[in-house]
Amino acid sequence: MNVAPALLALIQVMAMIAFTPLLVGIMRQVRSLLEGRVGAGVGQPWRDLRKLMRKEPLRAPGISWIQAVGPIVLVVSSLILCALIPLVGTIAFPGLPDDLFVVVGVLLIGTVALALVGLDAGSAFGGMGSSRHMTIAALVEPTVLVSIYALSVPIGSSALSRIVNQRIAEPATMAAPVSLLAMVSLAIAVVAETSRMPVDNPSTHLELTMVHEAMVLESSGRDLAWLELGSWLRLSAMLGLIGALALPWGMALEVAPLPLLVGVLTLGLRLAVLAMALATIEVFLAKLRLFRVPELLAGSFVLALLAVITSYLTVTV
Amino acid sequence: MIDTSLLVQFLLMLLAISVAIVAPARYRALLTGPVVSAIGIAGVVTGWAAVTGQHGSLPVPITIPLGAVTFAPSALGGYFMLVIGAVGAICGIYAIGYVHGPAASRTSWIALAVFVTAMEFVPAAADVVAFLLAWELMAVTSAILVVTEHAQRPAVKTAALWYVAMTQLSFFLVLIGLGILSAGAGSTQFAVFRATHWDAATANLAFVLLVLGFGAKSGIVPLHVWLPRAHPEAPSHVSALMSAAMVKLGIYGAILTSTQFLRADTMWWGVLLLALGTVSAVYGILQASVTSDLKRLLAFSTTENVGLMFLALGAASMLRANGINAVADSAIAACLFLVIAHAAFKTTLFLGAGSILRASGQRDLDLLGGLGSRMPVTSIAFGLAALGAAALPLTAGFVSEWVLLQSLIHGAGATNRILAITMPIAVGAVALTAGLALMTFVKAYGIAFLARPRSEGTSRAKESPISMRIAMLLGAAIVIAMGLTPGLTAHAIALAAGISSVKATGPLTIDLSGVAATLNPGQLLALALVLVLPVVATAAVVARKRPRRAVDLAWGCGGNRLSPRMQYTATSYAEPLSRIFDDSLRPERDVIVTHSTEARYLVDRIQYRQRLSDVFDSRLYTPIISFVERIGASARRLQNGKIHFYLAYSFVAFLVVLVVMSL
Repeated sequence: MNVAPALLALIQVMAMIAFTPLLVGIMRQVRSLLEGRVGAGVGQPWRDLRKLMRKEPLRAPGISWIQAVGPIVLVVSSLILCALIPLVGTIAFPGLPDDLFVVVGVLLIGTVALALVGLDAGSAFGGMGSSRHMTIAALVEPTVLVSIYALSVPIGSSALSRIVNQRIAEPATMAAPVSLLAMVSLAIAVVAETSRMPVDNPSTHLELTMVHEAMVLESSGRDLAWLELGSWLRLSAMLGLIGALALPWGMALEVAPLPLLVGVLTLGLRLAVLAMALATIEVFLAKLRLFRVPELLAGSFVLALLAVITSYLTVTV
Repeated sequence: MIDTSLLVQFLLMLLAISVAIVAPARYRALLTGPVVSAIGIAGVVTGWAAVTGQHGSLPVPITIPLGAVTFAPSALGGYFMLVIGAVGAICGIYAIGYVHGPAASRTSWIALAVFVTAMEFVPAAADVVAFLLAWELMAVTSAILVVTEHAQRPAVKTAALWYVAMTQLSFFLVLIGLGILSAGAGSTQFAVFRATHWDAATANLAFVLLVLGFGAKSGIVPLHVWLPRAHPEAPSHVSALMSAAMVKLGIYGAILTSTQFLRADTMWWGVLLLALGTVSAVYGILQASVTSDLKRLLAFSTTENVGLMFLALGAASMLRANGINAVADSAIAACLFLVIAHAAFKTTLFLGAGSILRASGQRDLDLLGGLGSRMPVTSIAFGLAALGAAALPLTAGFVSEWVLLQSLIHGAGATNRILAITMPIAVGAVALTAGLALMTFVKAYGIAFLARPRSEGTSRAKESPISMRIAMLLGAAIVIAMGLTPGLTAHAIALAAGISSVKATGPLTIDLSGVAATLNPGQLLALALVLVLPVVATAAVVARKRPRRAVDLAWGCGGNRLSPRMQYTATSYAEPLSRIFDDSLRPERDVIVTHSTEARYLVDRIQYRQRLSDVFDSRLYTPIISFVERIGASARRLQNGKIHFYLAYSFVAFLVVLVVMSL
């Protein structure tokens, strides 16, 4: 009974580990090309990981076990996300629904691990990044929950796999205004949660504007490799969630070789499309001032709230 | 049938009092602590018996003309006895190693024993007189405990004064509310209340009074002002008892009022509870996230959690008013789950804060740091409890918020527009609360236990004695155990609240059949373990080849030797948040820049001061207090100390009496 979802989860995790560094490579390459640079090639993130994995981490005085354990917690929480979110197929564990609150809870475990790593070394920049990171995470949470809540209203369940199933069965619901509003606000929330433009600049090396990069400043060697892999996995899992909700075609509805193969291939395709779109949009965006970010998030929260309330009121009419 | 276990509790209290009196000062804590703990364990036993329906009664033969005085716990009361007993047992063990100075005196130990017993008897009461007697005994003993360290710090006296004033206000409101109900029902028996059909005016009046009275006891905004004062100033085991157990009795009162006495089926009652709860939850956690006093932070987080409980209760009332009973039941279950989860993690957090305070002499997060390596056990216990408070998966806090959110999102329907608007807003508020709670507890843990010490006292901190460590680990273990086996708690809740739509399919799974949702955190743990194995294996293989290399300095972007003063503090950690929410927090900031004498463009020094006060203090209570003081001042004009004026007053009074009599 648990074999099918376990197998699917395993395939999703393997596929995501294989795709994620390539995905980051694609985003960087698209960005380079659009900016008129040659770029390092799509395989560079893989090479970076291999290089970092072989290097020893440095241990400064006063650093605790968090520095070593935090990165692993981040990777594992991202992997759980990859296993839970319907990416290749929509078969959920019976006792562990791919419930929106469970997914957000797992996401937040990674957030906390990263924030504690930032605080651990006691450097000013780490604390700064950690503080900003948690502030943004706190403000994003209402949007994430309420926007998926809006999507869950028509089917009366907060399980992501059931939402996706329903969207496959009735594609017309995806074009409904409620669904579009919710998707827009979810997309903004995902961008903020995964430290992308315009909330955070992933390629910045100016200390005062960094959020994500500031937290990993003190990490080195394989610790840094795990942190990078964990954050990338997190990004691709969230992109995968958006992809599953916006372009649900090709999902495996049963565990059999052919549907799974199609599922994996469409997952790769969806991720590639979204990654290119995200990278393209990012080229044209400037990073927001930190204190303008709450305005963006408040706006997206209002969109999500509107989506929920309209979805109830339109049912009545 | 006489309830022997209630009697045993009372006898244990007498034993604790006599031990505290007789035992020599050196062994007092060692001998009295276990007895206090035993009172708690007896409470757990009594509570569990009452939940499962095997309870007797304990009539108290006293001759006051108000009616019978009987203690006979109901299933719901038993649930609260269970929670309070567990907190009492843990705090009793902790106190053995913790108490020092005035907290180790006879008076304090006696007050502690009576306090724990009184809290156990409040939910056991079966009539108004018994309830109010136990309630007042609890209030008085807790006030004695709050004032324990008044000779050491002047702030204690102010805190105790606020506490006594608010607790008497609460008693007064509850007294009038229950009085109105007794008059309406013609009896002081709770059993009669439950069967009475109330007329609307009585019910509405009693409801408002009781909700405010019980709300003041549990720290609901705007009656929360005593919490951030009394909790920090009380000894830590007392703070834990007050915050984790006593405050819950306010919730007990509110549940009793709205689901049993008045059986709230009026929409606006639910809206009132929900609004109070939402405001308290958001305001409480917002204050907690910006404060840097660890115990004040925990006190505000109590307001937040109590707010969530009121929110759940309000949602249940609103849903029941609309006939959506299955979902209303899971909202009640959410409220009860929050009660037990909050009791578990807040006990541990306050005990952890006490351990920090004892070791370092500091409760200001800005002066802590680096305690993780110095106090490993405290660090683990506090960390696990903080995960619970932040409602992360695999803890009790997560399960309770999961149940709450599930009931909220399934509660709204197209049938009622008020529900369709309030429920999404409530979901948003709960989510914002959860997000801010996450930040608050990352701050509390990260600043206190990680990085380097920010003061002398902190760098000399040593781990606490064994009894404190046992108590903290016990609390932390309960937080995790309840998170992994929500079925057990769900079973107790279903019995306590008499609901069938929340049930346990096995000890590991909680099943909300009213909203068609199940959760088995064990599967999440299993999944995590399966995924951890390859990651850890890889890490271990790589680590064997390339072990960590120790270096002298942290990198710090190439900065020179970093002084501990350059670290982020709790204040700076919360600075972005206090700036974003400065409309509701209204922080006072002073920035004084001194320029160098040689050139205006060079800065010599910058002083930055920030004071965060409670908006309700300055906007609500200060005007009330100054108004009362003005009345007092004008009354003083009558009392000018001249004897002939006083003779004139009595003469006038006499005349007035004569005139009134002759009418």
